[in-house]
Order: sequence, then C-alpha cells, then structure tokens
Amino acid sequence: MLAIARQRMLGQSFKKILPAVSVLRSYSSAAKQITVREALNSALDEEMSADPKVFLMGEEVGEYQGAYKITKGLLEKYGPERVLDTPITEAGFTGIGVGAAYYGLKPVVEFMTFNFSMQAIDHIINSAAKSNYMSAGQISVPIVFRGPNGAAAGVGAQHSQCYAAWYASCPGLKVLSPYNSEDARGLLKAAIRDPDPVVFLENELLYGESFPVSDEVLDSSFCLPIGKAKIEREGKDVTITAFSKMVGYALKVSEMLERDGIYAEVINLRSIRPLDRSTINTSVRKTNRLITVEEGFPQHGVGAEICASVVEESFSYLDAPVERIAGADVPMPYAANLERMAVPQVEDIFRAAKRACYRSVPLAATA
Amino acid sequence: MAFYSKNPRNIINNLKSKVGLWSLMKQSHGTCSYSSCLNTIHLHRFLPLTTLPQFTNPDSISHKKGHFPHFQRFQSTTTEKQIDSVPNGEQSQVLDFPGGKVVFSPEMRFLSESPSVYSQCYRVLDDNGQLISHSNFVPVSEEVAVKMYSNMVTLQTLDTIFYEAQRQGRISFYVTSIGEEAINIASAAALTSDDIVFPQYREPGVLLWRGFTLQEFANQCFGNKADYGKGRQMPIHYGSNKLNYFTVASTIATQIPHAVGAAYSLKMDKKDACAVTYFGDGGTSEGDFHAAMNFAAVTESPVIFICRNNGWAISTPTSDQFRSDGIAVRGQAYGVRSIRVDGNDALAMYSAVHSARHMAVNEHRPILIEAVTYRVGHHSTSDDSTKYRPANEIEWWRMARDPVTRFRKWIEINGWWGSEAESQLRSSIRSQDLSRVHGSGITKLGKQVLNFCCFPRGHSRLATIKGASTL
Repeated sequence: MLAIARQRMLGQSFKKILPAVSVLRSYSSAAKQITVREALNSALDEEMSADPKVFLMGEEVGEYQGAYKITKGLLEKYGPERVLDTPITEAGFTGIGVGAAYYGLKPVVEFMTFNFSMQAIDHIINSAAKSNYMSAGQISVPIVFRGPNGAAAGVGAQHSQCYAAWYASCPGLKVLSPYNSEDARGLLKAAIRDPDPVVFLENELLYGESFPVSDEVLDSSFCLPIGKAKIEREGKDVTITAFSKMVGYALKVSEMLERDGIYAEVINLRSIRPLDRSTINTSVRKTNRLITVEEGFPQHGVGAEICASVVEESFSYLDAPVERIAGADVPMPYAANLERMAVPQVEDIFRAAKRACYRSVPLAATA
Repeated sequence: MAFYSKNPRNIINNLKSKVGLWSLMKQSHGTCSYSSCLNTIHLHRFLPLTTLPQFTNPDSISHKKGHFPHFQRFQSTTTEKQIDSVPNGEQSQVLDFPGGKVVFSPEMRFLSESPSVYSQCYRVLDDNGQLISHSNFVPVSEEVAVKMYSNMVTLQTLDTIFYEAQRQGRISFYVTSIGEEAINIASAAALTSDDIVFPQYREPGVLLWRGFTLQEFANQCFGNKADYGKGRQMPIHYGSNKLNYFTVASTIATQIPHAVGAAYSLKMDKKDACAVTYFGDGGTSEGDFHAAMNFAAVTESPVIFICRNNGWAISTPTSDQFRSDGIAVRGQAYGVRSIRVDGNDALAMYSAVHSARHMAVNEHRPILIEAVTYRVGHHSTSDDSTKYRPANEIEWWRMARDPVTRFRKWIEINGWWGSEAESQLRSSIRSQDLSRVHGSGITKLGKQVLNFCCFPRGHSRLATIKGASTL
C-alpha cells in the first residue's frame, strides 16, 4: 500500500517537474510556428477525438482532403461515418446538418466559400439561428458553419463577398472571425463546444500564413472565449478595429504610424457577434479617435455597427469623426488592377488614421 | 415503371394477352420479368458489355448489372407508352382524385428504387465511327459535318493552348472541355442562332460554333481592354449578347431555372426559338435543378435541358452524387420527356438535340437530354484529378473513346474528309491561333503547344496534358 502511494507521489512529482523542464526548454528555443491551416486542422482533429458526436460535412472534405486542405487526414483517421463528402447541394446538406444537430449530434458544416452559403441561408437563419428562441429553449442547435469568407485573389464577384455583417445582424447566431493561428485554434474549439449555432468566417489567403504560438495554445484543452476582442497592440492616439486579414494590415499601419509619432491601438475583434463593445469603448475613451477597418461592403457593415455603438456610449470622448474603411461599393471585379482598388490597402488605412489625428497628408501626395 | 412483384409470370401472361409482344419490347424500362420475352425476340446486333462506359468505381457492385440495348426501329420520336397498372379486370378500380384517375389494387407493390436494366442509351456510330445498321438519325449534310469536325478540332486546340497558358502563369485560371467536344459542337449545330443558351462553364464549343472568335476567347481570359466583360470576370466566364449566349456564372445550376424563365417568355412572345441549358451530373443535385424541371413541365416551356453526365463533380463520382439510374429517368418523375444519349457520338447528339428542339418549339414542352461521357481533363486548373482517379483510366478515355477521332472516321468513310484536308486544317488553325493570340501576349507559347498538337494524335496530347498535370 505504502509502496503504491510512494510510486504515485513520485509519479506526481515527476509530472510537476516535467512542465518546468519544458518551460525551461521553451525559454531557450524560439516559439513554435504553425500555419492557420494546421491550426484549424489540429483543432478539428482534437475536438473530433474528444467528442464522438462531432462530425464533418461538406463538399470535397473527405477523399479530396478538403478543398483548401483544412480537413486533411481526417477521413483516414475517423472514417466516412464522421467525415461526410456531400453531393452539390448547400441547401440540402445544411438542412441535413441542422437536423442532425436537432437530434444531438454536433456537425461542423463546411461551405467551400461563404458565397455558397447563400444557397443555404434559409436553413442557417430559420432552422438553426431562430430555433432556440422560438422553442423557448427546448431546441438547441450545436452546429458550426465554417469556410473561407471575403476576398481571395482574382476570383471575381461570386467568390469574394464578405458575410460578416449579414450573419452578425441575426440574433441567435454567433459569428467569429479569426486572424492568426492562435485565434483559429481557440475560436474553432470554442465554436465546436458551443451549444448554439456558430458561423466561423475564415480567410483563404491566411490559410498558408504562419504565426508563432505558445505551448498553451497547442494544448488540446486550449479555448478562447467567444465575445472577447483582443488588443493586439496597445496605443494612446487612435484606435483601429479590424478582423480577419485586415488585422494584419492594421498592425502594419500601426508600425508606419509609430514612425510619425502616432501610437495606434489595434483591436482584433475576433468575435463579430457578440461584439465586444466594452473593449472597443474603453479603448476609444482612452484614445478619443476611431478607425474601423473591414473588407466587406460599406453599407450596413461591421464598421457602421461599431460606429453606432461608440456614438451611443462614448460620444463625448470622441475628438474626431469615426472613419470606416471598407471595400468599394461594387461587386468585386476580377482584373488585378481593379481588384486592388476594390479592397482596402495599407495606404488607405494609414491615410485615414492620419486624418483622424488631424495630421492628414495633402491630396496631391496620394496616388 | 418497375414492378416489385412476387408473380412475374402472372404479369407476363396478363401482359401478353392484353398487349402485343412487340409493343412490350418498346418499353424503355425493362424488368427481370421481361427476360423471358427477350429470349424470343430476334435482335439484329448486340453490343458487347465492355463498351458500357465504366465511369464509376469498378468495384461498385450496383453498376455491374446487364445492359440490354434494343435495336429496333422506332419510327418517330414519340415516347413509348408505359404500362402502369395490372390490367386485370377484377383487381382494378378507378376513382377520381384531384391529381387524376388512380387505379387501385389490393396487392401491395413498391416501385423499385432502381431498374434491373438501365435506361437505354442512344448511339448511332460505333467506336470505330461506323454507322450502326438500322439506326435512326437525322441526316447531316457534308458541309455541316465538316464544319462540326473542324470546330471540334479547334475546340481541342483552344483548350490545350489556354491550359498551357495557365500553367505558364499567363492567365490565372482555365477550365477545359476535353472529352466533351461532341456534346459542345453537335448540340450547337442542331440549334439555331435564335435559341438562347444558358451554359454552366464547360460549353465554350457552343460559343465557338456560333462565331465567337479565338481572339474574343483570348480577350476574356486575359481580361484585357478588348474584353467585353471589361476585366470584371474570371477567365472562361464568356458571354455574348449578339450570339445569344448568356454569360457564364460561377454558381452551379443557377442557370437552369433562368433558362426555364427565358423559355417561358419566348413562348409568351410566340417566338420560333427555345432556351437551352447545360449542366453537369453534379449540378443535378442542386435544388435549382429540381425546381426548374418541375416548373418547365407545369408551364409547358420550350426548354432543352442538356446534362453532361461526365462521371465526376470535382472529385465526387456519380455513385456519391446520386443513386438514381443517371439523370434521364428523373425526367419522367417531373413529367418531362427525356432521352439518354452517348455524348461521345456527335451524330447521335446532333440527332437528339435536333429532334428535341423540334418538339420543344412546336409542342411547347421541355425535353431532358442526358449525354453520358467522361471528363478527360481535370475539373479546372486548380485540380489534379490523378489524385482521385487512376491515370490509366483517364488515358483510356482520352485515346480510345475520343469523340473527335470517332467523328473523323465517319466523315472519312463518307468520303468527305481525308488526310490532306486534315493537315490543311491543322496548319490553318495554327496560323489563325498564332496571329490571334499574338495580341494577347502568348506568342512563343502558342507556337510550341500548336506544334505539339500537330503531331500524330497518339503522342501529342499525351505529351502536353501529361506535362501539364505534373506541374
């Protein structure tokens, strides 16, 4: 008995020593880098192995390893019962996924891009989002809709629209949009564990980008809270809110502004619905100036909502009008030179920040 | 209608007595109970089973069933009547329902989910381009046949050039129609220029037939100043108001209800024209397909649905796409007249579309044509199909079942074509392409690829496409 207890004690103390050893190791070595693709793949893998009710559905997710290789290796590992290759009918397989969720399974439905989710939007809104409310809590729909959202490169109008504003306006849905690998892992895990329908908006161009992640992020129990934005960079002169790919642009802009003595605070929204109004307002109360950045169409966009929220709660703190940088108000053109003009560029955000700080660059200098 | 019944012999006896054996043979769907009848019928020719297209997983059991092609003459294009009830006096009772008269029966009989015999596939030329005896087809003049052949060759060449251009980074994207040249050109040849075309994206041949020039194709792909779309659309999203070809959209199957709507307006305007829409086997899974078919039947619109059943929807084979016996059988479910055609037989395609158009315009009815073929190329330049299907299967379809060669053999047999004409055609396409494509910036590339194409057919395409797919 004592021997067993002693062994157990030894074992536990070993366990206590080991993390310390790994911390020492991580101090000396560089932080691990993983791509957003690997982050999403590992998150799906871990959640599927932790919960047998989780399964994947979508076009080309199985044999083809995923249209963007996000679901690579999962068919092999979990079999065709849990990784379903569907026929071409978004309306069909979304309806089927919602039905499975009604029963108690946890589907993760992939849209090849969110443009195709328009074929299924009735099921997303009417069958999934509203069910919990309409049934007074008796029906819960633990489903995740994921896929690339927004502009890629040279794919034209029907493959480039951003749906953040569309889905975020609907009560009953949660809408998340990760930027880096840490966001991707933490938010996807949170989405799968969440008992309500979640729309998970990825970005095709970010799939291949690598970001450093800590050991904590790589742990299988890692999870990020839904509804909390992250302050990527602290500042005192102007607040820039962004999500998905635009966070990268905003960070670049903040480096450019620093050279001019302007310290921008960059907020990575992470969660479009629920929007972290308190973080945004606290930041605006500190800096007194706000730029909202998004890739989608300007009218009724995410920036419009943030601006309204700030005007409602922190009006007297504003020293300059809120500026929203958004995509051009046209369907996305294909030709490369036109596409460049239809999507916000780093220079656009930079000039807006300067304008907000009353240090605008004269028009002649702009291309 | 297939019967699932315990007493096939009873049915046979009943049917024999009420309906003549010959009209029995005209059934488009056979069941196992008819096998005894087949033995007594004298068949003129019997196609070996190996010619049945094996475009699904060869291990799949359901597709190993027998195929019984019937080579009787059918005098007209009217459909065969279905026997849809047991004409046994004591058992049948008829009652009026809102949907129509219903014959009752105390015997519980489920309709089988699949017929034991596939719906027959119409073909007129065999694999060697020889006309099958006792075949029924719409005659084609020498001029039209030669034009069809040269268009098919041009389409193949065009596809190869642009595919290579994409691989070289000169255009960002391309979709080939290799293996489906007969469907493209033959169907276009059977239509008139007033017929409005609603394509998916694998039908540039229809535009080519109607007069879209190689330069115009190049302009759209490059998105240059001369592009009618002004650089707004991805490559292969061609469109032409003048040629009645609605612009290609990236969305799948959305063009099908559009075609029905256009057909309806043509009917209202009493025009001598119909609407034609193309889509793949994958597109038939979309809700739009079902709504469109249903509406076309109910509104009696002059529309032709042409389904290119090429076996693949990116990597999804038809066995994962649907479990019905292909697409043609769905027509009947919606009240739409339909036919299954060998899509690699240009003459059969021409005949079917010609007859379909006649029925659509004169009788104001929709027609569904299922053209069975094989997608020889990759889904698009963003795909490598060797990852999900065997390379030797692709090669076999490219070489042994090439629709262009098959049609060439037929026009040669008729004395309308020869090797001199062949080399003249190839060289003229070469010089045309070079000068057109010059302006769009792929000069040396074009020359290289065209040289490849002019080699003996066996080596050329292998070299170019193989080289391309390994990039």
